[in-house]
Amino acid sequence: MDAADIKNLKATELRLGLPGTHLEENNVIITEEKSSLSSTTPVLNNNKRPLQEETSPANNKDCGSKCSNNNTDDDAAPPPSKAKIVGWPPIRSYRKNSLQEQSEAAGGIYVKVSMDGAPYLRKIDLKVYGGYPQLLKALENMFKLTIGEYSEKEGYKGSDYAPTYEDKDGDWMLVGDVPWDMFVTSCKRLRIMKGYEARGLGCAV
Amino acid sequence: MAGAYPWLEEIRLKRMVVSDESLEIIAKSFKNFKVLVLSSCEGFTTEGLAAIAANCRNLRELDLRESEVEDLSGRWLSDFPDSYTSLESLNISCLGNEVNLLALERLVSRCPNLKTLRLNRAVPLDRLPNLLRGAPQLAELGTGAYTSEMRPDVFSNLAEAFAGCKQLKTLSGFWDALPSYLPAVYPICSQLTSLNLSYATVQSPDLIKLVSLCEKLQKLWVLDYIEDDGLEILAASCKDLRELRVFPSDPFGLEPNVALTEQGLVSVSEGCPKLQSVLYFCRQMSNAALNTIARNRPNMTRFRLCIIEPRSPDYLTLQPLDDGFGAIVEHCKDLRRLSLSGLLTDRVFEYIGTYGKKLEMLSVAFAGDSDLGLHHVLSGCDNLRKLEIRDCPFGDKALLANAAKLETMRSLWMSSCSVSFGACKVLGQKMPRLNVEVMDESGPPDSRPESSPVEKLYVYRTVAGPRLDMPGFVWTMDDDSALRIS
Repeated sequence: MDAADIKNLKATELRLGLPGTHLEENNVIITEEKSSLSSTTPVLNNNKRPLQEETSPANNKDCGSKCSNNNTDDDAAPPPSKAKIVGWPPIRSYRKNSLQEQSEAAGGIYVKVSMDGAPYLRKIDLKVYGGYPQLLKALENMFKLTIGEYSEKEGYKGSDYAPTYEDKDGDWMLVGDVPWDMFVTSCKRLRIMKGYEARGLGCAV
Repeated sequence: MAGAYPWLEEIRLKRMVVSDESLEIIAKSFKNFKVLVLSSCEGFTTEGLAAIAANCRNLRELDLRESEVEDLSGRWLSDFPDSYTSLESLNISCLGNEVNLLALERLVSRCPNLKTLRLNRAVPLDRLPNLLRGAPQLAELGTGAYTSEMRPDVFSNLAEAFAGCKQLKTLSGFWDALPSYLPAVYPICSQLTSLNLSYATVQSPDLIKLVSLCEKLQKLWVLDYIEDDGLEILAASCKDLRELRVFPSDPFGLEPNVALTEQGLVSVSEGCPKLQSVLYFCRQMSNAALNTIARNRPNMTRFRLCIIEPRSPDYLTLQPLDDGFGAIVEHCKDLRRLSLSGLLTDRVFEYIGTYGKKLEMLSVAFAGDSDLGLHHVLSGCDNLRKLEIRDCPFGDKALLANAAKLETMRSLWMSSCSVSFGACKVLGQKMPRLNVEVMDESGPPDSRPESSPVEKLYVYRTVAGPRLDMPGFVWTMDDDSALRIS
């Protein structure tokens, strides 16, 4: 049966509905409905799962939120909170639960990160990083900028940005001066300074 | 079964509900019982395990991989009698609570043929050396939590114990891994063929140091913390690599939290000539990259790509990824399994139907434009066995036109598509050798118009007829004009 025959389903034995009735085609609308249906559908507690990648709908706790059918999004800025789609990405709930347990068990140290000029703040878990190089690289990735390398004498010379943090005493310190473990326990929040302010911090005064 | 096959030796179940009662029956009915594998099962407790331990004198393998066990107490392990020594493989990685560690140590050291030991997270790292010393013949080890207060004696003890396991080829576990303890495995890296670091939340530099020492590595499962840089090193160091799985560390995050892109996969496809099995979660892909991967690795047999954001286009050209996946099916002539993602039109299915002649399993989500897509696959893929589809605009036409194909397949799953209840009924009536099961949590499908789409459809061939044990939200479409509700 070739593609042309598909369009002439009446020519085949298999009919939809009773003889004499016709079925409307409204694929586009159905797609939309389908998407929202998939996300508002309560999770079935069975072990048959839609996508084998790694998923089991049985333990999917992400249900209930509306699907964002955002293929028409042309905005530059991402929406601050995106709706979750049930069962997507297709990760086995065993794995999802395990990673969740790990981050909870480890009791992550979440601190806010602000960058001068950015419309909203980010949050990172300091426990995830092994040391300053990893932290700086992560900040560079997150904010799409270059901070460069730390030196005791000259701070982050050559960069327009300086990573700073507020410590337990409320003082703003340059990231990198104290040993990593001390930093992790004393850092309350991070701020990436920009421009001449930053250069002031970076240079040996 | 107990009556019919009293000499049954092996039972392997996947995604089934198993009760303690069943485990007790197994334990007491089969005198020569040797192998119990419960994969992603649920419904039993450690009491059921106690029955197995106490009664199965000839048990060789107890594997509970990824099952959900109600963990009442770790005492069950002590129920293996002191005279029991035939254990060869034990996987308790899914258990939540601590098992009796002394009992475990004694069990491990008195079973000379123990080759596989997969511990659960609750086994502390400082107890691992003792266990390893009790089983120097181990070939496969899953650690418990891989973290501890950093103490030099714990470290050296551990490193020594690892070094003593000359046959160890497979490592997994590594929950809560502390980077400073990873070097303890360096002495045996050169003998490893399989490494599962997919629960190790350590960063790229530490992963790179470890992986670059594993020159014989054939299989690597890892989190995307490895990043493109790490995958480049992997490609340069592990020339025998056959299988790579990269899992997302932050699957629900809005922004990329790691520098892992399509480039990492391209590097590995270039550097690892034996690479044939891939599972890769990432946030961007291009047709060019897929093309390169396809041309580099025509020996690919399993290719599963998950671009995290549904319907993501080629990030360079903003085009659909049809051509890229088309290249995969065209060049990888032995491709048996394929999972698609990203922005895809009916064209990709045309490619798949044309070239995917050896394809046995296909997974599709948020793809295609019309029934033509589904028709291409059902009519073109001669060896298709399993097809799973979600959130695609595929409906009645393609399904009914290819009804006969479904009898040649193992199963078809469609959820959140455009298949109408009426079509499901027709399919069920016309194809008596298929079980056509409709799942709908919102009530009986005949309470809605026939043209109403069903939530979930599962079709599989059967010689036994419809099931009789279905929960209330599953209906079989069959010969009876009235729906049979179990």
